[in-house]
Amino acid sequence: MYEILRGPLVWIAFIALFAGAVVNVWRVLQLPKKDKVTYAYMDVKFSVRSILHWLVPFASHNMRVRPVMTVVAFAFHLCLLATPLLLLAHNELWHESWGVRLPSLPGVVADAMTLIVVFAGLFFVFRRVALPVVAYVTDWTDYVVLLIAIAPFVTGFIAARGWFAYDTVLMMHVVSGGLWLAAIPFTRLTHLLYFVFTRAFMGCEFGAVRNARDW
Amino acid sequence: MEMLQRPAVADPGIDDAVAKLTDEQIEQTVNKVMGLLKGRIDVYTKTCMHCGMCAHACHYCLSHDLDPTWSPVAKVKNTIWEMQRRKGKVSPEFIRQAARIAYTECNGCRRCSMYCPFGIDIAFLITGVTRRIMHLLDVVPQYLQDTVNSHAATNNQMWVQQDEWIDTLMWQEDDARDEIVGARIPLDVEGADIMYSVIAPEPKILAQLLANISMIMKVAGLSWTMPSTDGWDNSNMGMFSGDYDTSGRLERAHWDTALRLKVKKVVMGECGHAYRGAVYDGPRYNAWKYSPLPMVHAIDFYHDLLESGRIQIARKFDKPVTVQEPCNIVRGAGLGDKLREIMMATCSDFRDVKPRYEHNFCCAAGGGAVNCGPPWTKTRIEGNRVKGEQLAYTEADYVVTPCHNCRSGIEDIIKGYDLKMHAKFFSEILVETMEIPEDLKA
Repeated sequence: MYEILRGPLVWIAFIALFAGAVVNVWRVLQLPKKDKVTYAYMDVKFSVRSILHWLVPFASHNMRVRPVMTVVAFAFHLCLLATPLLLLAHNELWHESWGVRLPSLPGVVADAMTLIVVFAGLFFVFRRVALPVVAYVTDWTDYVVLLIAIAPFVTGFIAARGWFAYDTVLMMHVVSGGLWLAAIPFTRLTHLLYFVFTRAFMGCEFGAVRNARDW
Repeated sequence: MEMLQRPAVADPGIDDAVAKLTDEQIEQTVNKVMGLLKGRIDVYTKTCMHCGMCAHACHYCLSHDLDPTWSPVAKVKNTIWEMQRRKGKVSPEFIRQAARIAYTECNGCRRCSMYCPFGIDIAFLITGVTRRIMHLLDVVPQYLQDTVNSHAATNNQMWVQQDEWIDTLMWQEDDARDEIVGARIPLDVEGADIMYSVIAPEPKILAQLLANISMIMKVAGLSWTMPSTDGWDNSNMGMFSGDYDTSGRLERAHWDTALRLKVKKVVMGECGHAYRGAVYDGPRYNAWKYSPLPMVHAIDFYHDLLESGRIQIARKFDKPVTVQEPCNIVRGAGLGDKLREIMMATCSDFRDVKPRYEHNFCCAAGGGAVNCGPPWTKTRIEGNRVKGEQLAYTEADYVVTPCHNCRSGIEDIIKGYDLKMHAKFFSEILVETMEIPEDLKA
């Protein structure tokens, strides 16, 4: 069972991720055919300017006035993307399968990063419940998306410690990890792909067209 | 979906039209507009993580103590998300609410887009997409629709007839000559350097502004003209109601007039949305990437006159004065520095505001909100308490408002919050402070 999950299922997840990503990006690139004003003013300088101002912590006004959210959101996203790539156990699997290896994180650092993802996720849940402006626009899909995002970290953390039934937890980890990858293009996790486009569009609308800043 | 709890406001433009709507008509119209813009709307709705980070951007939301129903994302939820989720199968009551949100609870100031981590163009979704649907359903606030009708029938916003237009210009030229020897408002001068554009409220209710520009142009010694024909008004209410055909036709008439007069550039009077219409929305509708001739907003123009020394300041305005930054020329054209420079060049007690530049608050009158008329004045005033507080903090006696919508909005805020202030256009300050050469003194 574990071999099936580790083999074909992970492949399916990666194929879904990359195929879905290609389709999503292709859709965006098709926009000018119908919506002719969207791309007419695109400009590399203003796109990069806007993207960088929103990828660097505290580089935008809204990040500075909401420091807690900024720190948590950046820590969450950084750990969410870096931990699976740099985890020793994952590197061993890649090495075993393909003979390639990325630098690995020390176990204690990987554990800390995993916990950051989980606790940041709980912080987001807290915001959704406690802050009226967030609660008002929250629906069940927001919790599902968050659950998909942090489930592999919870199961991975438990599996690494051998708590409960190791095999079952490990399989849950592989399944949730596969779901995590496959869900990116098909849920609002696709903001990972669209971020650069929406940001670049607004950066150019403000910068290239309106001679103003958007951060 | 749960309907918003807002006090009822009677507006026949909305109420009567909603009463006539059928479900099929709504479904077809919603799907037509959202189908055409599907790609962009999808990208935005799939990217929005419902984080609520835009709430602190909106003057309505801040002024209602962060009531979540006033946040920008809530306005998208109660319009676009619902229409998208139900594939256009929404009720007439939903349309009534969506129209109210789109026309009277959002000024399209785009401050929220600067607070959204993804840069989602929320104003486009509310004032662009939703208002387009409302226009096609004929659900438009009555006062606003009247101005659109005027544009469609007369090419200007306030039913000004050509003879009245010319007569007003001649009257104001006469007034200007009482102050400045040889002041003119030259009509239809082919090949002049500048065509000066105004919006219809100037001849209709603020005619002295025309005399002001006549005096300024004479003192600066510039070659300029105004058209005697249609095309003189480039205010644009169709741009706000969602009637992009009337909007585009108007901008076409305006630029055609400037091209016919073979001027080198157009100077736009102190109006923000007219500048936006002529420079951004109008060219796009007419399939031009940029406007066919350069357009300079009054603030930029006055800055140039002062910087080049064409106009000298005789004595500075010495009362405490602050400023309102129009969205369309500061967040929309980056003129924040030039605005401050001319304020400091002409006023000895200029008191800056906070927040400022791109982060300043909208006047709550722009985006067509003030044109929705008296039924909605209270919504604007209550929805911009933060502007009242911001202005009160400066303890200034005057607010310079280099935009007609801002002027109307700020006057309402002054009255609504009992601020001891007066609104002024910058040209009023300039005429009061500029040095008039001896040979031009009447």
